[in-house]
Amino acid sequence: RSAQFQLAVPVAVVFAPGSVPADLPRPLPFRDAQETDISVNLRTSVTSRYEVTYRGTTAREEAALDAATARDADVALHMLQDAPLGSLTMYVVPETSSLLPQGISVYVGKHRSALVRAEGGLAALRARLRQLTQVMSFTAASIAAALSDRVPDGQLGPDARRHLKSSLGYEITFSLLNPDPKSHAVEWDIEDAVNRYVQPVLDKLSLVANFSVDSQILYYAVLGVTPRFDKESSSFLLSAHSLPHVINPVEARLGSSAASLYPVLNFLLYVPERSHSPLYIQDKDGATVSTNAFHSPRWGGIMVYNVEAPASPQVSLPLRVDVDMVRVMEVFLAQLRLLFGLSREELPPEFLLESPGNEGLADWELDRLLWAHTVENIATVSTTLTSLAQLLDKIGNIVIKDDVASEVYQAVSSAQSAMAELSAGHLHSAFQASKEAVTSSERAFFDPSLLHLLYFPDDQKFAIYIPLFLPMAVPILLSLAKIVREARQRKKLPTKID
Amino acid sequence: VCTSRFWFNYRHVANTLSVYRSVKRLGIPDSHIVLMLADDMACNPRNPKPATVFSHKNMELNVYGDDVEVDYRSYEVTVENFLRVLTGRIPPSTPRSKRLLSDDRSNILIYMTGHGGNGFLKFQDSEEITNVELADAFEQMWQKRRYNELLFIIDTCQGASMYERFYSPNIMALASSQVGEDSLSHQPDLGIGVHLMDRYTFYVLEFLEEIHPASQTNMNDLFQVCPKSLCVSTPGHRTDLFQRDPQNVLITDFFGSVRKVEITTETINLDSDLPGFESKLPQDELATEPLKYAEQLPVAQIIHQKPKQKDWHPPGGFILGLWALIIMVFFKTYGIKHMKHIF
Repeated sequence: RSAQFQLAVPVAVVFAPGSVPADLPRPLPFRDAQETDISVNLRTSVTSRYEVTYRGTTAREEAALDAATARDADVALHMLQDAPLGSLTMYVVPETSSLLPQGISVYVGKHRSALVRAEGGLAALRARLRQLTQVMSFTAASIAAALSDRVPDGQLGPDARRHLKSSLGYEITFSLLNPDPKSHAVEWDIEDAVNRYVQPVLDKLSLVANFSVDSQILYYAVLGVTPRFDKESSSFLLSAHSLPHVINPVEARLGSSAASLYPVLNFLLYVPERSHSPLYIQDKDGATVSTNAFHSPRWGGIMVYNVEAPASPQVSLPLRVDVDMVRVMEVFLAQLRLLFGLSREELPPEFLLESPGNEGLADWELDRLLWAHTVENIATVSTTLTSLAQLLDKIGNIVIKDDVASEVYQAVSSAQSAMAELSAGHLHSAFQASKEAVTSSERAFFDPSLLHLLYFPDDQKFAIYIPLFLPMAVPILLSLAKIVREARQRKKLPTKID
Repeated sequence: VCTSRFWFNYRHVANTLSVYRSVKRLGIPDSHIVLMLADDMACNPRNPKPATVFSHKNMELNVYGDDVEVDYRSYEVTVENFLRVLTGRIPPSTPRSKRLLSDDRSNILIYMTGHGGNGFLKFQDSEEITNVELADAFEQMWQKRRYNELLFIIDTCQGASMYERFYSPNIMALASSQVGEDSLSHQPDLGIGVHLMDRYTFYVLEFLEEIHPASQTNMNDLFQVCPKSLCVSTPGHRTDLFQRDPQNVLITDFFGSVRKVEITTETINLDSDLPGFESKLPQDELATEPLKYAEQLPVAQIIHQKPKQKDWHPPGGFILGLWALIIMVFFKTYGIKHMKHIF
């Protein structure tokens, strides 16, 4: 079945006084809609529709834009507006405004608004606004990645399939690996760190999925790779090409919760042995990595935490090590963002992004996730239901239980309402509907009762039934033949006598 | 998957366990392996060396060891369970270790051994799986994107018939013998009294012994393993459904597990001066009633129970039909005029 997605993004472009370009086609306020086609393949087409409302600022917004810095303006503006999920507001400030620092023409805030400098006339402004909308909602690449199931392999970039798949929940496990407990007695206050730093991020992401967090400490867990000693820096180095082999020996010992089926994200903190300290990770060019961490898509991340060598050589072992959880969580949460696909690195230089602080991600980044996940969910539902229908067509005698049928109906109606909400621009309800659709369709597809086991090839059917029925059939057929002959003779007799 | 049981099928268990060992050595953890065995060899009363399963009489390598994790053992190795694992239609109470939690980026290796015939594989002497069912199961997996690429290895008699019917993309298959040929076993061990391994698997394992996690050997080398002179049967393979050229497929893509990693270059800035959060756990536990242990068998109730009144049902159709037949035959034979003598 072909699927046509229409993704509508409500955008408001607000012109501060002094920033209205001279060549506006119509006087403010007016509405406009721009449609672009992101065609994915023959069967799936995605159109993005930016429903733009151009207007001037209200008095309160002007007051907010009078703030000293962009950040203050952003905070003040956020309190004024009530932007629903998926919508964007862009404030155009005059070219001479001091809100934006030199050389920066776009400032993207923590919530769903941005400040744009009005320079270069209407066409340039429109191009910049379009680029900004794409950054804050979705791009052709992110949609193609979400629909990666349907896109032929050659068209995707190399990193299109590395983000976490949309799932109803994720399990996060923090593990502390201490291979040398005799030298280091490592303490980490993980519960406090989780409550302080991780929980706010997960609360923000709770719209996307359910998260469960656990932690463990593993002793005598070694990396599978022996690091090299580098004389120049007198430290041990792990080169980039040996990193893939580090994960597997550790993973065997990690374990996971037996009850939940959600994908697991493992974050490992490795404290190297005293004999291998300090240990640094080298990237492909040979430079040491500042974070001393690496991650594997769809799996998790590992960070190496070096312990300071003690000042005096005659110190009593084991050394007590109190892990600096802030540094560790900064890296782990950054890895969590990267695993979900929220990277901030590919933006043009004149964009300034506000740091989201302890929340971990900005509102518009959450929107990006939701756009991608909603599209992915709907695509998954349609493939699941199509293949279920094909299965049931092929195997005629599978019994479909009532609850399976009702799940299928529910999945179809939820998917339809999700697509309708997407084209109306209501991201939140679209996402919820898509989640329901996925749950129902998965439950219907993976119902244990739908197993078809009985395949009888035709020659087996003949081989079984012929020896049974043929001997029985012979006397029956002969008797029938005899009856028919007698009936015909009886019919002929009266005519013969006459 | 080892699909046979009983002592004389020792070699199938040894096959499977040897492949299991190699795969674990190359880095795949137990959480990513589903092992289905009848598991009746190590503790079999006929095993002269209990708690061991040997694979080669000279190497004396005990492939059973002490960290074998069998997920489906003994009578749980059925066609139904195998298909359930593949397609994912598992009852919700199944633990994680018994499920195939793969996604569209997973490469899956399936190794099956046992007794087979033209188009079917025998499961534990009581049922069979046909090549059509297997192909359909793989198609179900493909529809749900439960695999990225799949390597199917089968070591049974007439093994090539099992992969003839595959039609889903990205499947590569290897078999130990063609249709009409039997796969032979390698050598008997006179101490244990049975054949220890099958030839094809033996040579595959010799090949795998030289693979280490960083090795670059590709699939074409695996296809050359066990030529007819050593194996007596002709191993076959099928690569037409596979999108990549077998030359470019590394053995470790399937037998080992080498992940893609990226260096983390971004960090976020956390504000550590925020006031500490209150712990979210409730402070006091609710006072509950002391719990009593429920009586397991209410003996007093059972003794004094009256027998349940069963409802009376009229006799069923079969009984009625039988009696009708008997009466008809009786009257046909003796004539209807005798009725008055009976009643």
